[in-house]
Amino acid sequence: MRTPFDRLRDGLLGVWSLGAVVFLFVPIFVIVLFSFNDNQGRFNFTWQGFTLRHWADPFGVEGLQQAFVTSLGLAALTTIIAVILGVCVALALVRHKWRGRGATGGLVFLPLATPEVVLGAALLGWFLTLGLIRGFVTLVIAHVMFTLGYVVITIRARLEGMDVHIEEAAMDLGANQWTTLRKITLPLLAPGIAAASLLCFAISIDDFVVSNFNAGQTVTFPLFVYGAARQGVPPQVNVLATAMLLFVVLLMFVNLGFQRRSARRQNREMETTPALGL
Amino acid sequence: MSSSGEAAAPRSGGWLTLRRRKSLLPLALVIPGLLWLILFYAIPIVSQLWISLQTGNPDDGFAQTWNWAIYGDSISEYSEQMLRSLQYAGTATIACLIIGFPLAYFMAFKAGRWRNLFLLLVILPFFTSLIVRTVAWQTILTDDSWITNALKTVGLLPQDGRLLATSFAVIAGITYNFLPFMVLPLYASLERMDRTLVEAATDLYASRWTAFRKITLPLAGPGIFAGVLLTFIPAIGDYINAQLLGTSQQYMIGNVIQSQYLVVREYPTAAALSFIMMVVVLIIIAAAARLIGTKKLSEAAVA
Repeated sequence: MRTPFDRLRDGLLGVWSLGAVVFLFVPIFVIVLFSFNDNQGRFNFTWQGFTLRHWADPFGVEGLQQAFVTSLGLAALTTIIAVILGVCVALALVRHKWRGRGATGGLVFLPLATPEVVLGAALLGWFLTLGLIRGFVTLVIAHVMFTLGYVVITIRARLEGMDVHIEEAAMDLGANQWTTLRKITLPLLAPGIAAASLLCFAISIDDFVVSNFNAGQTVTFPLFVYGAARQGVPPQVNVLATAMLLFVVLLMFVNLGFQRRSARRQNREMETTPALGL
Repeated sequence: MSSSGEAAAPRSGGWLTLRRRKSLLPLALVIPGLLWLILFYAIPIVSQLWISLQTGNPDDGFAQTWNWAIYGDSISEYSEQMLRSLQYAGTATIACLIIGFPLAYFMAFKAGRWRNLFLLLVILPFFTSLIVRTVAWQTILTDDSWITNALKTVGLLPQDGRLLATSFAVIAGITYNFLPFMVLPLYASLERMDRTLVEAATDLYASRWTAFRKITLPLAGPGIFAGVLLTFIPAIGDYINAQLLGTSQQYMIGNVIQSQYLVVREYPTAAALSFIMMVVVLIIIAAAARLIGTKKLSEAAVA
């Protein structure tokens, strides 16, 4: 049934798609490349030769290390708080029926649909009204606010895909609600919690807009880069960005390995179960 | 469900306490998160209205004077940036759709064993800092870069022309930043599609094009809708691209809000503008939800 025309169309589609992916990767290629640039002076805009000196000294710019450490701490704290709050909200939304469930679901979804500049501005206005001094604490408040929805959505999807009967079986066998949660629900949720944590961490560490409004004197990694952009971003920023990307890719491979292994184990179990039945 | 409830009842010391406990548990679970969102999302958004109606100056403070005129004033003063935001965001959304739809279609139906690799490649840029990527676009589009020079050589750009600091650079930057937001919901809706419907249509002598138009496009509808919203809404609020890739000639409404809040400290104007933007966004979301249904929309947006 495949005519030459079909083949041509599929070929064009493939070329277009490859082009789109290349488009997505052009700046990333530039980031990695210019982390090795032997730049003279402040600017890192033109290629001037290969060097490893920025990789040897990734924090060799004043303020960069502090900003990077702040970002890591902020993302870690945000992730812990948002995941705990988010898991609770998701459990309540999926496993219980109560008045106001629909409205809560809507409120959880809304921050995700709000332009970041509105989130940042509204929170700043509120902090000003309250007379709160802006800094690390207001950043944590802000980051938990806009990551919470992502956690709830990720966990909710996982919960909805889970078999309720396992939890019911545990309860029927005399486990109380707390034990069921601890021994059944949370272990089954673990992959969802891991995914939500990674997402949360990635969103927090990359946030610029909301932090721009609510950081006060605190400087995070994206704020440092933005501030440096006016005088020329040092190549060390490229080094850190590249290192972070490598770390994520590594995590993904590890995750893939885990998935493969558990898939294999499941296959083995499926093979042995009928044998046991005999 | 009911049988397990009855089975559990005797253990928990009486029917009433169990029932009460069951009604209190979801509340206990939801209250911390809900409180966080009310205190740091809902109230701040509404308080923008309160702040916008105040008058005063940053040094002596602001007092509530119910100055409703601020809305007319700020709209007429910044209508240029507002229109520009809509125009840039609209153009970038269309560009994302043109680039993203074939890509999503390819991933869903043609990529075969390369599908997961493509999906990974679409998601991966997310994990590099957006600011660093936008600065990288500065490097790419700057006046003496090889792409600028190449375009000049083939005559697509006049000799004294530039790429950086133009509307083109800002729209290209927005398109780049939000492309994955378009591709992922499109891919999700196409991937869920029942391909046998297309086969049925072609078996019934519909041409490929008719089948695409009458089957694939309508079924991808919610995904297209979600993708357009997920691209357009953040794009109208964006100020990073205009700031890093443009000049004040390309400033969007986000740039105005940012500088009014953080530089000029003209809080009422900034609050009024961001409140207007929130209202516009809510209207867009409500219209979209009414048009294709809340459930379909959030499903498509989230998947």
